[in-house]
Amino acid sequence: MIEVSNLTKDYGARRAIDGLNFEARQGEITGFLGPNGAGKTTTMRILTGYMPPSDGAATIAGYDVVRDSLEVRRRVGYLPETVPLYTEMTVFDYLKFMADLRRLPEAEDIIEETLEMVGLLDRAGGYIGNLSKGMRQRVGLAQALLHRPEVLILDEPTIGLDPAQIIEVRNLIREIGKERTVLLSTHILSEAQQLCDRILIINKGKIVAEDTPQNLQSNLSGAQRVQLTVRGDTAKLAEKIGKVDGVENVILSGEEQLEFQYAAGKDVRPAIARMVVEANLDLLEMRAIGLSLEEIFLTLTKEAPAESEE
Amino acid sequence: MRNIWTIAKREYNLYFISPVAYVVAFLFLTIIALIFAINIMAMTVNQFGFAPPPDSRVVTGPMAFLLLLAAPALTMRLLADEVRMGTMELLLTAPVREYELVVGKWLGAFLFMLTLMAVSLVFPFILNQITDPGIDQMLMMSGYLGVILLTAAFLAIGVGISALFSNQVAAFFTTMVIFVILWWLVGAPANVLPGGSDVFRYLDMSGHFYQSFNEGRITLSGIAYYLSLTALGLLIGTTAIETRRWR
Ligand SMILES: Nc1ncnc2c1ncn2[C@@H]1O[C@H](COP(=O)(O)OP(=O)(O)O)[C@@H](O)[C@H]1O
Ligand SMILES: [Mg+2]
Repeated sequence: MIEVSNLTKDYGARRAIDGLNFEARQGEITGFLGPNGAGKTTTMRILTGYMPPSDGAATIAGYDVVRDSLEVRRRVGYLPETVPLYTEMTVFDYLKFMADLRRLPEAEDIIEETLEMVGLLDRAGGYIGNLSKGMRQRVGLAQALLHRPEVLILDEPTIGLDPAQIIEVRNLIREIGKERTVLLSTHILSEAQQLCDRILIINKGKIVAEDTPQNLQSNLSGAQRVQLTVRGDTAKLAEKIGKVDGVENVILSGEEQLEFQYAAGKDVRPAIARMVVEANLDLLEMRAIGLSLEEIFLTLTKEAPAESEE
Repeated sequence: MRNIWTIAKREYNLYFISPVAYVVAFLFLTIIALIFAINIMAMTVNQFGFAPPPDSRVVTGPMAFLLLLAAPALTMRLLADEVRMGTMELLLTAPVREYELVVGKWLGAFLFMLTLMAVSLVFPFILNQITDPGIDQMLMMSGYLGVILLTAAFLAIGVGISALFSNQVAAFFTTMVIFVILWWLVGAPANVLPGGSDVFRYLDMSGHFYQSFNEGRITLSGIAYYLSLTALGLLIGTTAIETRRWR
């Protein structure tokens, strides 16, 4: 169980996270979804006791991450984004070192069991420096799992892996997440949707949405971005399109191209098509284009459009 | 305490696969061996002269001086490299206290140096065999105690400086500069200043060794001096890591 309230971190004058409030529950995988620089790593580093927040507080299993840092660190398994490993050590020696720091009794048996879990038992004697990226990721995961922590914090656990490895790691996390509290970060929407029970969307240091993958999907479905290619006065047309109810984010994207977005459940395309024809412009193409993560944030954070017009 | 030992053990073992540590060990022992050999030869030439036979100071004297280079080379990596490799994040999010980390690193290096010194005992042993009536055992013990205390202090300062950097080379040279100040410069005012020179003489790192331990005089003030420096170095390291978190 992770509880975060009003968590804020400044790096000098730069505010990396700004008043975060959320919780992650036991038996659930909570996803932290956001683009690079959103503040995911910063949040996780505060939760794991690596650095203190500038303001606000967080507790893990009831312990304050600053005041009871050691208690928190005993209960948390952490896979940092950079997957820090001692490349000059063997897999086994590395895990033995970490197990000793955690004072695990019968470390050998536990290490063996954990290596089995992450599928690296046959590499126990190999040097970490000789392992592939995917295997190193799994060594890092093994390290985080050694003490069977109540809370698991994984920072972009599938980054840099090939598709087969991604599936493996995801299955492993799903398995682990059944009885533990898991908080994982990702910048891939589909990964968050596949893996998580709940998704927190973070952008520019703020949580902009919090929902289940299903609700998120239905909020997003229908929201569309459209690219229009016309011959004629596109600037004037853009202005007109911008005034249509439900249309947002109109931009001129090229000589004869403009893009706009429309809210879920309000298909404005026929109206726009008529508008182009009535303005005596040649409509060359109209096609839907995918939303970027940035645009998804905008869509999710836009207030539902006012319904007072009718 | 157990964490200190866990960290020390890893560092100690790491020295045996580290090229830098091999170079340090090789140079340290070879230079001592050469100086020893030269002294033995001088003794044989002098056999019918009046010069007294060499004693254990031909080993402990150069050894203390060699520490000026050996210590920074062994400590530069200790904490700086953890920062560079990102493994500091691993250690600081494990249930380990800052001082345990720093003391553990220091202890690993200290044990490695003790190993080298244990090997160097072979020279006083040889000397004891070939001279008559053998060497002055007390002088040897006092000299070795001095070298051990010096090592403790040098390594602690090195570890402390290493915690301030993420670059090994920067850590090495900064440590060297501090050593030069403590070894040569700090005692200099004692020779020119008439009053208050005692303070500078007390702060002089080499004085305590060459004028007391290496001459067979074990002094409480000398022990206190080296142990205080050791504590100070470890404190600097611990504080540096704590500050790193809060930055
Ligand atoms: N050590 C640091 N010093 C200064 N700024 C930092 C530091 N770490 C991160 N930042 C800044 O804080 C913001 C959030 O970064 P981060 O938490 O790494 O985001 P994410 O993990 O979501 O990519 C970014 O703008 C980043 O540039
Ligand atoms: Mg990150």
